[in-house]
Amino acid sequence: MADKVSVRIPTVLRSHVDGQAKVDLAGGTVGEVLKGLLDAHQSLRGRLMDEQGEVNRFINIYLNDEDIRFLENLETPVKDGDTVMIVPSIAGG
Amino acid sequence: MSFVRGLECKECGAAYPVEPRMMCDACFGPLEVAYDYEALSKTVTRESIEAGPASLWRYRDLLPIEGEPLAGLRSGFTPLVRADRLAKKLGVRELYIKDDGANYPTFSYKDRVVAVALTRAMEFGFETVGCASTGNLAHSVAAHSAAAGLRSVILIPHDLEVGKVVGTLVFGPNLVKVRGNYDDVNRLCTQIADQYGWAIVNVNLRPYYTEGAKTHGFEIAEQLGWRLPQHTVVPVAGGTILPKIAKAYDEFTRLGLVQNDGAKIHAAQAAGCDPVIKAIEAGTERFKPQKPDTIARSIAIGNPADGPYAIRVVSESGGSGASATDREILEAIELLARTEAIFTEPAGGTTLAATIKLIESGRIPRDESICVCITGNGLKTIEVQEGRLPPVPVIEAKIGAFDELVDSGGVAENQGGLGPGGARINRETKWLTR
Repeated sequence: MADKVSVRIPTVLRSHVDGQAKVDLAGGTVGEVLKGLLDAHQSLRGRLMDEQGEVNRFINIYLNDEDIRFLENLETPVKDGDTVMIVPSIAGG
Repeated sequence: MSFVRGLECKECGAAYPVEPRMMCDACFGPLEVAYDYEALSKTVTRESIEAGPASLWRYRDLLPIEGEPLAGLRSGFTPLVRADRLAKKLGVRELYIKDDGANYPTFSYKDRVVAVALTRAMEFGFETVGCASTGNLAHSVAAHSAAAGLRSVILIPHDLEVGKVVGTLVFGPNLVKVRGNYDDVNRLCTQIADQYGWAIVNVNLRPYYTEGAKTHGFEIAEQLGWRLPQHTVVPVAGGTILPKIAKAYDEFTRLGLVQNDGAKIHAAQAAGCDPVIKAIEAGTERFKPQKPDTIARSIAIGNPADGPYAIRVVSESGGSGASATDREILEAIELLARTEAIFTEPAGGTTLAATIKLIESGRIPRDESICVCITGNGLKTIEVQEGRLPPVPVIEAKIGAFDELVDSGGVAENQGGLGPGGARINRETKWLTR
């Protein structure tokens, strides 16, 4: 269980978290940290996750620069000082 | 004069005005440009298009700009080649190559999307443009922004082919190499777009940028004599061009310019980066991202943003997909070069190799019309051919020396134009043996 994991919020979502670029939360896994974020900011709920609790497919979640789909997805354990990034996906190049 | 009504979310339908915007605020879905098709159908005819310039701007009524085109005035309208020699080799009746390796000025399909994005960027008043790129987009943004007098900031993976780096640098951009693969570059660029007020063509100009890709499909239909090929095979990287070719076919159908009797669209990826093909085979729209490992660098995107739409379009059109190994890609490059004199990069080799596999597996019937979409030029990626082509003999400038070369078998017989390496292709690859 980590006491302080930073979640980086992209501009497009900041209006849902009182304008903050970064929110510190506690949790044992990426999923728990994000749940804490959604509990504190209800309007994010349907945007970040679908009804089945899966991450919106147009959003990528990174734990310290690694896409969580290459780790253990929402079950990936976190430790103090970790950074979770929420990044919208963009077109190719 | 513009027929654009605004932006519309592809997922939830939320409407937005014409502005720089990367996604829907409500659901993060990508945005699509919405047009007034009723007004368009009264204005756009085959004749009105045919009277336009020999560039992608002949379709400007179907592109999201307000005034006159400001970039890429000679981009697009690339050759559609009837590939009879290749068709004979593959045992098919009617085969075409849409060759964007001949696009102007930077020899890839990206000149289409950049022409539209930069025109739009200037209309919005931006003075700095940028992109995340696997190489071709970098090349194109650097060139078009130089011609437009704009500053460019371009991010690429640190280990791209020399031709793409030099071909970009020569135009004087701010080029930055990022340690990591394209997906790392892409993520960084999203954050840059978030913090800096620049026009990042494939981020905050994405809805306009992607519309440029439609012109590849418009041209196929027009150049085929105002009809659609029964099969179009398209490479998938970020997943932009495949759904846009489908949109082009749909728009032409809607405007009564062509008839769509079930044109199928097929996806091609490299075996070392094939999340979309895997998802098509598994029958799901949610692909699993991959860490790319392929010589087809320009399409090495393991986390394709528009992947779900590429998958949807393929399945809705009744198409399918195939992936190709590095060796198959290289052999397909040589086959295309030796039958049709088109030298493509590994992305094009991938598309042809996938086409061959779809023909061999019966997914593409041999008696139906096929168009292979070639999106980039082989002269930018010459290092991938290293070790595959024969050594070149060096002789004195004397006729005796040349006679000696001929006598020793150093000048091969004509093997149907396939060259000294032709036999090697046939021996190594069953599916190229015909």
